[in-house]
Amino acid sequence: MSSSRPGPVILIVATAVALFLLMPLIAVIPVSFTPARFLSMPSGTLSLRHYQALIDNPAWGQSILLSLRIGILSSAIATALATMFGLGIWMFQPRFSALLIGFVLLPLVVPPVVSAMTLYFLMTTLSSFNSWIGYDTWLGVALAHAVMITPFAVVLILVALYQVDRRIDLAARGLGANLATRAFRIIIPNIKFGIATAALLSFVLSWEEIGVTLFITSVNAITLPRLMWMGLRDNIDPAIAAISVLLIVITAVILAFRIFIDRRRTTDPL
Amino acid sequence: MIGKSITSRKILLLAPLLLFLGLAYVVPFLGVVRWSFTMPEVGLGQYRALMTDPLVQSVFIRTLRICLIVTAAVLVTAYAIAYVWVRGSSVQRMLAEFCILVPFWISVLTRAFGWLAMLSNRGLINTWLQSAGIISEPLALARNELGVIIGMTHFLIPFAVFPIASAMRSIDERVLLAARGMGASRTRIFWTVFVPLTYGGLIGAGLIVFVFALGFFVTPAILGGGRSVMVAELVYLRIFQSPDWGLGAAISVVLVLFIGALLALMRRFIKPAHLIG
Repeated sequence: MSSSRPGPVILIVATAVALFLLMPLIAVIPVSFTPARFLSMPSGTLSLRHYQALIDNPAWGQSILLSLRIGILSSAIATALATMFGLGIWMFQPRFSALLIGFVLLPLVVPPVVSAMTLYFLMTTLSSFNSWIGYDTWLGVALAHAVMITPFAVVLILVALYQVDRRIDLAARGLGANLATRAFRIIIPNIKFGIATAALLSFVLSWEEIGVTLFITSVNAITLPRLMWMGLRDNIDPAIAAISVLLIVITAVILAFRIFIDRRRTTDPL
Repeated sequence: MIGKSITSRKILLLAPLLLFLGLAYVVPFLGVVRWSFTMPEVGLGQYRALMTDPLVQSVFIRTLRICLIVTAAVLVTAYAIAYVWVRGSSVQRMLAEFCILVPFWISVLTRAFGWLAMLSNRGLINTWLQSAGIISEPLALARNELGVIIGMTHFLIPFAVFPIASAMRSIDERVLLAARGMGASRTRIFWTVFVPLTYGGLIGAGLIVFVFALGFFVTPAILGGGRSVMVAELVYLRIFQSPDWGLGAAISVVLVLFIGALLALMRRFIKPAHLIG
């Protein structure tokens, strides 16, 4: 084993890469405390005015609520569709299943800007039929996000399914269980962590989606990333730094907790 | 009778997603294809413009150049950190995983903004260098091609780490032990045994990174500051600033064809499960 431990050269390179990965996330912290109204490092005095701005300006709260609503709906749609699809592939092993999976993964491999253009076409077309789902509506954004995040949910659920032992399903079948029983009482309980992960990742992807959102919203459906984008393009608003710090801290704490739990679970037996 | 009900249930499970994507993705894409032939007038005019317009050409060339540089930079950096993630001590593995996953889960906007905070004229690097008296004028690190390359490399490293790490994990330990037993040095084992065994992962990672980089939009738009426009931003500008939907649509079609050809060529290296890890 010792022969394959990382040597000093690769450790130095990897440390540099790790610093490179974390650097921009750390750099936003001092910027968020600057007393100035433009992007700058604080010199001398610190200020919480940009955090105060997040509370004072109702646009931030509204966009957070909107993003939550869109994230929950689109993640629910994506997870439900992906779970059904995964079950279908796993239980029936249809001919051409590789082709079907490839088809479902299309929005993942097609360049985001092409997907954005495609969904822009969809939304403007829908808008000419109704005012509920279409360009610049929250239901339209949720629909577009569901299209974009479903491939990720499918990948996660298929990965979970491939780890299920087929023999338990065969046993259930041999004992006379019908399709619904097999699906709901045998297979789904075995992939529930996969489904939960898929739902969580779908939510996060929708929560931070900007490429497509930019094309299909203008003034009404302003999600959090859309609002951040508006403050980033020309004059950079340091309130972006404050919201970024909050998002980074939440993510880092959740991940550190998860990695710690994982490691404890896997290293305990030793 | 039984066969029939199995078929109908199979369809019941598979059809919703296929229908959903067919109606909400494939059909509208065909609409975009139609735009490319009909806007502003019916014909191949937009494709002719693509071939001849020097602005479009220069954007395509810049995009390819940036994508190649970024892919190379990502593969080297991702390889180093993936190695520590897979083969390091338990603490090293935990730290590496943290450094890979935190940026991965954080939005592309926050990360682009973080790079602005690092690289812009009043950012961290320029402020430090100036207060240390090393430079008098701020260095132009952002709002140009350098900024775009740094930001994109940062964004794409995690996507390359997953396939590379998965290739590293599947290496048979005994092969390395055999090389060691025959007296190869650590450096030699690394370069002549370990690295060649991960070529599959490297090619897969390179492909994923290149394809993602090609359609990249947000990071170049923010860190390039409008000065180093890439293909994706050109599509955006053509649709929302100088309304020319036909050209935007034509570029989209060409991008899809290009990536489709690339993926078809490299099909055997791609495993969907590796995309997420």
